[in-house]
Amino acid sequence: MSHVVERDEVTGTATTGHEWDGIRELNTPLPKWWLWTFYATIAFAALWVVLYPALPISGATGLLGYTARGAADQDRAAQASAAEPMLARLRATEPAQIVADPDLRAYAMAGGRVAFANTCAGCHGAGGQGAPGFPNLADDEWLWGGTLADVEQTIRHGIRAPDDDASRTSLMPRFVADGMLTAAQANDVVEHVLSLTNRATDAAAARRGAPVFAENCASCHGERAEGNREMGAPRLDDQVWLFGGDKASLLRTVSFGRGGVMPAWEKRLDPATIRMLTVYIHSLGGTEAAPQ
Amino acid sequence: MSRIQKPEAFAADDREQPLYADRVRVYPQAVQGPVRRAKWVILTLCLGLYYLVPWLRWDRGPGQPDQAVLVDMEHGRLFFLWLEIWPQEVYYLTGLLLLGAIAIFAATSLFGRVWCGFTCPQTVWTDLYMLVERWIEGDRNARMKRDRKERWSAADWGLKIGKHAAWVVIAAITGGAWVMYFTDAPTLAREVLAFDVPLTTLGFIGLFTFTTYLLAGWAREQVCTYMCPWPRFQAAMLDQDSLAVSYRAWRGEPRGKARDAGVGDCVDCRACVNVCPTGVDIRDGMQLACINCGLCIDACDGIMTKLGREKGLIGFETVGNLAAAEAATAAIPPGPARCAPGMAARRPAQLLRPRTYLYAAALTLIGGIMLIGLASRVPVSVEALRDRSPLFVRLADGGIRNSYTLKISERRHSPDRLAVAVEGLPPGAAWQVLDAHETDAAGRPVVATRPDGVAEFRLFVVTSPLGRPDEESTPLIIRLLPAEGGAERASVGTTFLRPRT
Repeated sequence: MSHVVERDEVTGTATTGHEWDGIRELNTPLPKWWLWTFYATIAFAALWVVLYPALPISGATGLLGYTARGAADQDRAAQASAAEPMLARLRATEPAQIVADPDLRAYAMAGGRVAFANTCAGCHGAGGQGAPGFPNLADDEWLWGGTLADVEQTIRHGIRAPDDDASRTSLMPRFVADGMLTAAQANDVVEHVLSLTNRATDAAAARRGAPVFAENCASCHGERAEGNREMGAPRLDDQVWLFGGDKASLLRTVSFGRGGVMPAWEKRLDPATIRMLTVYIHSLGGTEAAPQ
Repeated sequence: MSRIQKPEAFAADDREQPLYADRVRVYPQAVQGPVRRAKWVILTLCLGLYYLVPWLRWDRGPGQPDQAVLVDMEHGRLFFLWLEIWPQEVYYLTGLLLLGAIAIFAATSLFGRVWCGFTCPQTVWTDLYMLVERWIEGDRNARMKRDRKERWSAADWGLKIGKHAAWVVIAAITGGAWVMYFTDAPTLAREVLAFDVPLTTLGFIGLFTFTTYLLAGWAREQVCTYMCPWPRFQAAMLDQDSLAVSYRAWRGEPRGKARDAGVGDCVDCRACVNVCPTGVDIRDGMQLACINCGLCIDACDGIMTKLGREKGLIGFETVGNLAAAEAATAAIPPGPARCAPGMAARRPAQLLRPRTYLYAAALTLIGGIMLIGLASRVPVSVEALRDRSPLFVRLADGGIRNSYTLKISERRHSPDRLAVAVEGLPPGAAWQVLDAHETDAAGRPVVATRPDGVAEFRLFVVTSPLGRPDEESTPLIIRLLPAEGGAERASVGTTFLRPRT
């Protein structure tokens, strides 16, 4: 029995016999190797399931024992060992020398940027711009000293860090809360401090505040309010205010004291990372030159 | 949508309408003629360039690769003769790809798929493989006879194995040459000879060896007919005036024996089909599988010469001329008499057409932009990245500081000493480059560039506490000048921001 194959009149190509609303499908056969390629991809997938963890079942790890976590660990280990020679150089080099060496400096800047984002930006801000209570690292005022060595010391031991004996520490007393000053005296001394930057609202109060300042504040902040880095006591005659420079903020400071805490990072970070952080912070606003 | 009953006339059994077709094996016959000679010349040039270019040397000084054309993945550099392209200049590659694509469009609209037929690597390597096949296994008839045998003799096996071995050797040389564009060629050759090739390199050589062997030895015309996208949109490039390999049906039809009367010039000898590397019959007209290689022209011309007839039954011809000749000869009975008036009715191919003008304009434009770009490349360039967090810093004395990261790219291999100057500063403002301890005669900070690399410097611009800029945003220009004096080397614009008051 022979059949007549239906052919399309225009192209002369046989049809598949499928028709949808008058539209017929031409039969243009695929080559067989194409089909075999398709079967090969299925076989590849089956092989993949056997070799790699492909099934959503706990313990279905595949014959090769591959895990994404393991591969990531391997990559990290490889990167760590590749970075080691440079890190060793950083550990052996003082920050001042790192800054002078273009290669080390570029490396420390790149590594420091990442470490800063990981460990410092939470309080000090993404660009080191700080926040009320958290010092701006990009300006030119340093509470405890702004040389490279000072910055490194601060990162290593923190400020008032409870778990580090070498941590820098000092105390701004709670003058009003602890009864050392009356509320009126506090108002006078705040007016005096405001007058140092020509912002006093009450000249008489500011004059009355001068002896109060000399008696209570000058021992730490200095007679001319120039600050004292040994104590971490800030300058009061400039434009940079850690806890706010308006009258309300200053009254609060005098009344209830202040005492920010920064963790000590020596036990948590590699010494090379601390070096890189030092160099990166130096790049934010330029730290101070070391005393000659 | 519904599937309806098959028509009465249609086979009840789908097996008569297979959805998958067996491959029709193609046994191209050797052919001689001007097109074949042109193809041999182009093949030699293309393969010669491909295999030999990695061996060209170019002295770039000590410590630099001396290979004329080299893609250095490790250091992120592309060396091309005197040029050294950085990764951030990858737009030159984009430009080259654009030029290549438009050049193929233009060539196709002028001369049909000449790219496919003459210069496509698939065609070139397949041609080479077929040549080797002919040398070892013999021409079309010998090969067909061998493949039809029930059992191969030892000699048959020897020839087959010899052919594949030769193919693999060519494939390995091809794969090796490819890798040589990415690594030092003589070093790689030494490593290969000493059996001391790095595993990654070996993997890439193996990959390209395998694909060459597979595509040129086995896949051949299947690549053109089933895998390549180009045949599928070539029709958009062709028009009435495109020269493409065509059969002059007005002269050839109806086909018949040479001694018969009332038939055309085509004697149906199938020489054109036998030499075709993709196995098509050009007499069916332009088709997807035809790569426009023109070997059928040589084959047909040979037959016509033997028969004492005019050459050119198949030739590079436009669709417009085919129609004109058809019309001019319609009244003449088929036979040799049609040839002269038909050929006379043709007009020279119109090479200058709106689309070719457009292609030429696009080629000129892109090529021009690239040339200008290359000609105006400078050895030193600078970028200024303004700190965005914080936008500005208030200093203890009330001054405002803006900080910038300067990225200075030095393309030469010796360091440069450059003074950094900032123009357009607000009154009373000054600038400083962190850790730049030198200054030039005018007191400007001097920095050293990083040879063949990018150096980063921090630039601080500070206003005095008294002199605040009038505007919240002040445009600045940062200029790099030779420390010893001389013309500016590079400059970049940025802004200085102050807080709202």
